[in-house]
Amino acid sequence: MTNHKKLKDRTLGEAMRSQGISRRSFLKFCAATASMMALPPSMIPAIASALEKARKPSVIWLSFQECTGCTESLTRSHTATIENLIFDSISLDYHHTLQAASGEAAEQAREEAMRENWGEYLLVVDGSIPTKDMGYSTIAGISNLDMFLQTAAGAAAIISVGTCAAFGGIPHAKPNPTGAYSVYDIIKMYGNAELDGISSASIKNNSGGSVHDKPIITVPGCPPIPVVITGVLTHYLTFGTIPELDHLGRPKAFYGQSIHDRCYRRPFYDKGLFAETFDDEGAKKGWCLYKLGCKGPTTYNACATTKWNNGTSFPIESGHPCLGCSEPHFWDGGGFYKALAIPTIDIPTTVVYAAAGATAAGVALGALNQSKKKNAIKQHTKTTIDDLENE
Amino acid sequence: MSEIEFLNWVRGPGFEIATVIFIAGVIIRVLEIFLLGRKNNLAEARGSEMNGGLHTIVSRSIPDKNTFQRSTFKIVSGYVFHLGLLITIFFYAPHILLFKEILGFSWPSLPSAVVDAFAVITIITLIAVLIHRLRDRVLRFLSTTEDYLVWFLTIAPLITGYMAFHRIGMTAPSLLAIHILSVELLLIAFPFTKLMHAFTLVIARWYNGAISAYRGVQS
Repeated sequence: MTNHKKLKDRTLGEAMRSQGISRRSFLKFCAATASMMALPPSMIPAIASALEKARKPSVIWLSFQECTGCTESLTRSHTATIENLIFDSISLDYHHTLQAASGEAAEQAREEAMRENWGEYLLVVDGSIPTKDMGYSTIAGISNLDMFLQTAAGAAAIISVGTCAAFGGIPHAKPNPTGAYSVYDIIKMYGNAELDGISSASIKNNSGGSVHDKPIITVPGCPPIPVVITGVLTHYLTFGTIPELDHLGRPKAFYGQSIHDRCYRRPFYDKGLFAETFDDEGAKKGWCLYKLGCKGPTTYNACATTKWNNGTSFPIESGHPCLGCSEPHFWDGGGFYKALAIPTIDIPTTVVYAAAGATAAGVALGALNQSKKKNAIKQHTKTTIDDLENE
Repeated sequence: MSEIEFLNWVRGPGFEIATVIFIAGVIIRVLEIFLLGRKNNLAEARGSEMNGGLHTIVSRSIPDKNTFQRSTFKIVSGYVFHLGLLITIFFYAPHILLFKEILGFSWPSLPSAVVDAFAVITIITLIAVLIHRLRDRVLRFLSTTEDYLVWFLTIAPLITGYMAFHRIGMTAPSLLAIHILSVELLLIAFPFTKLMHAFTLVIARWYNGAISAYRGVQS
């Protein structure tokens, strides 16, 4: 019976069984997910049960000004994983890069998914949204802004995947030529007269839904860790709610601690043992990469715990400092290889100019004082007793 | 402004503004002192000005017995917090990186835990110094707003630095940004307050020693 069901009507458990995923592997995934989300072990059966029965909500994935790195990150596993299955075998009703359809057919699929699941589908966005000129980025002739607002209006929740959607990303970097903004900013600014070309007609046509009150989950990273995306989805499927978020809308379970605090090289930082270059003795011994520009101390992400490539390693483990890619404006924070303690501007030059200018000013003031003093001495007249007697 | 934008600002334009005010202010004030000029002393020198001056720079760092007995707390606490400041400012690895960027050379750092301990000792001592200032009627009478401002500007980077290191109360970028900002405020106030003693201390001590030596008296 199960096999005859339409793909989208199947529960996750049925879909997994049809893909040959064993129950043991499935439970291992549930245990790992519970652990990552800091849930007690007693929640594992609940997660398993909820996931097995879950009919995955329709997921619409919109890609705007992005590099496809986020999709690459999520789909480029060497072997198929349960995370992949959860992610792409059932949920996706629309994804520019992954779908076979194109042009009007693709847009029709999106509209159909929206109509069928209005108010219930999850909207995943990667890429930032340009606001300066709607022509900067369009899909099937629809501006990114219009498409986003149309689709967001009917979404149950929005997941901003990647730093571009979460915080504006590379397109938002100074001088931000396209006027790119994050999903959160667009929602916040919607209706702001400064934004050009917004058409809200399509939203009204659909259902009159508002985009202002949509819950937004940000999953930043350049790219984000795949397991974090599936973790967020799992949480939603299990509990029907969005996970606990931090002040930037990031799930606390994954972004609750800094890279620095969970870094296996932290003891070297505490001992004052640092790699000075990428090939010195310190680098070979695996010492702390702070001096090489590591942004771990100011970056919140799960890299140090969940790691990448099926738990193989994370950048610091490969000898490269953390770039801080899951934080806003990480590209405008000076060079990637400049330590956090070093100012982003050229301080030595500032010091030289300030010192030269001050010396010149100081000497000039000194000379002025000297000249005043000399004048005073010159103008000094002596008064003798004779002068006084004559008066 | 987001916390990372704030951090980027204090690491960029904010730091530039503070550096320019600090460097220019200190140089102008020191030059002002040197260029005041002194009258030629026509009396015959009874000793070497240079030797006397150098001797006083060192000897004034050691309190005499009577002074120490009279003001034990002031002298001990003064030493403790000055040494604590020296260690926390100049021997913490990230701080040394900043000095290397500006000066072009560096020196070995102390383990973070050691610097952390000194920071705590310094904070406690500075609080004790303030309590002493407030409890001593004469000291309180003599204290001006500037004295309290300078105390605040000195302890603020220590407290914010301690909080940033231990991630207390806020997110790491905010804590680091506030720490850097507190240092910038200290740098800006430095040339215009009694914090200038860090530079004028040597000049004043040398001058006292030099004039005494010229006259052939003990300084």
